[in-house]
Order: sequence, then C-alpha cells, then structure tokens
Amino acid sequence: MIAHSVFFYIFSLIAIVSAVMVTVSKNTVHSVFFLILDFISISCLFIMIGAEFLGMIMLIVYVGAVAVLFLFVVMMLNVAEQKGQWFSSRWDGGTHIPVGLLVSLIIFFELIIVIGGWKYKPDLLNSLSINISTEVTNTRSIGNVLYTDYIHLFQISGMILLVAMIGAIVLTYRERVGVKRQSYVKQISRERDEGVDLVEAEKNKGVKIDA
Amino acid sequence: MDSYFSILFTEVYKILFLLVPVLVSVAMIVWLDRRVWAFVQKRRGPNVVGPFGLFQSLADALKYIFKEIIIPASSNKLVFVLAPVVTMTLALISWAVIPFGEDFVLADINVGILYLFAVSSLGVYGIIMGGWASNSKYPFLGAIRSAAQMVSYEVSIGVIIINVLLCVGSLNLSDIVMAQQNLWFVIPLFPMFVIFFISALAETNRPPFDLPEAEAELVAGYQTEYSGMMYAMFWLGEYANILLMCAMGAVLFLGGWLSPIDIFPLNAIPGPFWLIFKILFLFILFALVKATVPRYRYDQLMKLGWKIFLPFSLFYVVLTSSFLLYFDLLPGK
Repeated sequence: MIAHSVFFYIFSLIAIVSAVMVTVSKNTVHSVFFLILDFISISCLFIMIGAEFLGMIMLIVYVGAVAVLFLFVVMMLNVAEQKGQWFSSRWDGGTHIPVGLLVSLIIFFELIIVIGGWKYKPDLLNSLSINISTEVTNTRSIGNVLYTDYIHLFQISGMILLVAMIGAIVLTYRERVGVKRQSYVKQISRERDEGVDLVEAEKNKGVKIDA
Repeated sequence: MDSYFSILFTEVYKILFLLVPVLVSVAMIVWLDRRVWAFVQKRRGPNVVGPFGLFQSLADALKYIFKEIIIPASSNKLVFVLAPVVTMTLALISWAVIPFGEDFVLADINVGILYLFAVSSLGVYGIIMGGWASNSKYPFLGAIRSAAQMVSYEVSIGVIIINVLLCVGSLNLSDIVMAQQNLWFVIPLFPMFVIFFISALAETNRPPFDLPEAEAELVAGYQTEYSGMMYAMFWLGEYANILLMCAMGAVLFLGGWLSPIDIFPLNAIPGPFWLIFKILFLFILFALVKATVPRYRYDQLMKLGWKIFLPFSLFYVVLTSSFLLYFDLLPGK
C-alpha cells in the first residue's frame, strides 16, 4: 500500500498546487492550463479509488471539451489589455469582489454542511437502498442505477442542458446579410437552359449583365 | 520493497517492448506514406537512402536532431517547449490499452475504449499550446482551426463508439474484439465504419482535412515557428496518432487480432500479425485518400461534421439499439 499512498499524495499535491495556481497566475491562459492539470490529477484520484468510469468521463467531458472551450474564449479575449489590471493602481471599482465573496461564502458553507453531514451520519453509505456489488464493473453499476431509479432526474438534467444550449444559440445568433452561401441542391439542379444564355451583342455596346 | 522494484522493472521492460517497435514503425510508416503518395502520382518517392529508400526516415531524423532549435524571442517559452512534448506523450500513452492478442496487452483495463477516446481528445492541447505559445498569427489561426475541427469530429467518433458498444456490452477492448468472433462489426455497421474512417482523417488532421496546417493559407499552421527536434516530435506524434486511429479502427470494426475466417492456414498466423496487417491496410487507405482528394474548405468541413455525420450517426444509434432490442440480441444481461 506504500506505493498507493505515495501516488495519492503526489496527485493530491499536484491538484492542490494547480488549483491555487489557477487563481494566482496572472496570465489567464496559464490559469486555464493549470485548471486542466487540476482536472487531470483529480481524474487520476478517481481512478485510484477504483472509479475508473468517473475518472475517464471527467477527462473526456471536462478536459476534452469544456476546458478546450475555456481556452478558446480566453485566447480570443484581448489578454494584453487586461494584464495586471487587477493588481495595478489604475484598477478602480471593486464591483466584482463582493459578488465573488458571496459566492465563495455560499460554497464554503455548502462544503461544511456536506462534511458535517458525513461526520454526523457515518453509516450513510450502508443505509442507502442501493446495494453496491463489487463483482460488476462500476460502469455497469452506474448504468443500472442511472437508467432505472434515477431516469427522470437524468432526463430532466438533459432537458436543462438542451434548454441552456438553445438559449445560448438564440442569444448569440445574428442573421448576417450579404453572406454568400453554397447550396449543393442549387448547384446540382442547374440546367443548361438557365446556365447558358445566347445573347445578340450590339456592336460597340456589349452586353449588360444584371446579376 | 524489493517486490516493488521488480514490478517496476518488469513494467518498464514491457513498456519499452511496446514503445520501441511503435516508434520504429512510425518512422517506417512515414516512408510508406510518401511512397504510396508518390506511386499514385507516378513519381518514385524517396528511393535513394538504403534499399527502396527504407532508411529515408532515419536520415530525416538525423537531420532534425542536428538542426538548431529556434525558440522565438516573443514566444511563451515554457508552453512553447511543452507543446511538442505533450503531443508526443499523448500519442504514445494510448498504445498501452491496444490489445495485440489474447492476453497480449500492456494494460487490460475495464474502460479501455473510454481511455482511448479521452487520450485522443486530449491531443488537441499539444496543437493549441504550440499555436498559442508561438505568439504569431499563422500558428494561432492554425491552432484555433484545429481545436474547432478536432472537437467537432470527436463528437461523431464518440457516437460511433456508442454504436459498437451497444453490440458488445463492455468497454474493454479485448471484449470488443472477442465479440467479433462470428461477425466483424464492419459488416453490420458498415456506414459507421465509413464515417469513422472519415472522422479519423479529420481527427488526425490528415488531408483532405489538413486545414490546421494548410500550407497555401497558413504556411505550416501551428508548426510554423518550430524547428529541429521539436518539429520532429510534432511530426512523430502526428504519425503515431494516425497509426493509433488505424489500430482503433481495426479493433472496433475489423476484428482486432482475429483472423478473417477461423480455418487452418489463416488462424495459424499469430494474432499480432493480423492486427498489424489490418493497421497497415487502413493506413494505406489513409495514404491513398491523401494522394487523391483535394483539401476541403473550412465551412464544408464543419458542415460535414455537424450537419451530416452527427445526425446520421445518432440515427444509427437508434437503429442499432432498436434492432438489438427487437431481435433480443442485447448483450450482457
């Protein structure tokens, strides 16, 4: 078990240090890279406790998709303008700080409630109605629970995501005029009659094309 | 404490036994790619160094090693150096789960296919890091293009994998191969195989989807500022990824290490050879596509990914699952 705990401490150290670096580093792109490192080490921790499915899904969803979009947005922003703005003397107005404090306080109390509940009722895991069998793989046991007992919650969360997606598209969509689009149907269904025109050109005047 | 070290040494030995052949075959596969490409265009290709030009890649590698590595002054140096390392590492670690035969796999993990998918979705970071850290216009545009392209085509690859998993009932790669003993999945899931092949081309930035490095528009895309060994590492990682995609296609659709028919002269050939034949077959298809098809336009690429492949593969998931449900063929009860 020594090797196991050595790896546990290595991964948790990396996770904590990179989580701190996310907030401390001044370059926003570096912050996202540290966030990715954090995700990866946490998924390693998941794998170490035997939850390989959760670990892999964490990698695919957070690192493979969400963090790429983060990186995208952060790279697109004009980072040079914002650099050091927070810490320089030019920075005025602390409008973000109260909101940030409020959110972090709420998260802090939530964590206390979760950990307190855990301490208060240590046999919670045994009292659950789900019987956890060690024989089947955890992918299968998650599927057995998720698609039977919690199917409605699962579908509702899918619906919420769908609504959020449609909302994001509606908010950012703008019809652009004057953009030339390719239509395969139009191109293929073009016939000789409409494509070629025989025109009697007048001398010294030429033909005027009205396209 | 001794047992830890002995385990460590056997594991390191096994990893070397896997990685050294992979690296050597990457070098050979570059030569094969250029040869096939040349033959299609009625040229000779590299044929000077060694017999049939076999040592061309070796000569190229030597050249890259002795060239100077130039790090642009305005680049973000740490990220710039890390980018090729990330690409190369990610391309190599995924080989751990590829099964070369029954009990002939480095790590026989339960979620093998998810691991492959996760690692291939991480591959985009090498490119984004390289493009951003170069602090130059063309690499950045190439990186942004590549990120959008790889994320889009990953989605359809994921849905295709779901199709296969429905027929298998397990995420283990060895189980996926063993489920194809009677019938390779390429036959019932042929449309999915075609879409997988095309998505694999896009995922590995191969022509006709090599927009991230389109030389006519972006010089060399995200690799523009790289030189010497760092460029070579990008290049090795790219080809290792292509080989990996071929291996994934062989495992998912072409029955991995299984022989086509289970009769004597065919099943006497050991499993790893069959897998290598299949990988080579898929790779030659990749090379032929590169030699024949012109490059896609960017909007066509996105349209193909999101508006054609994704709906069609989702439809096929419904079709496969209803077929399996109706005929009571669902595995793993």
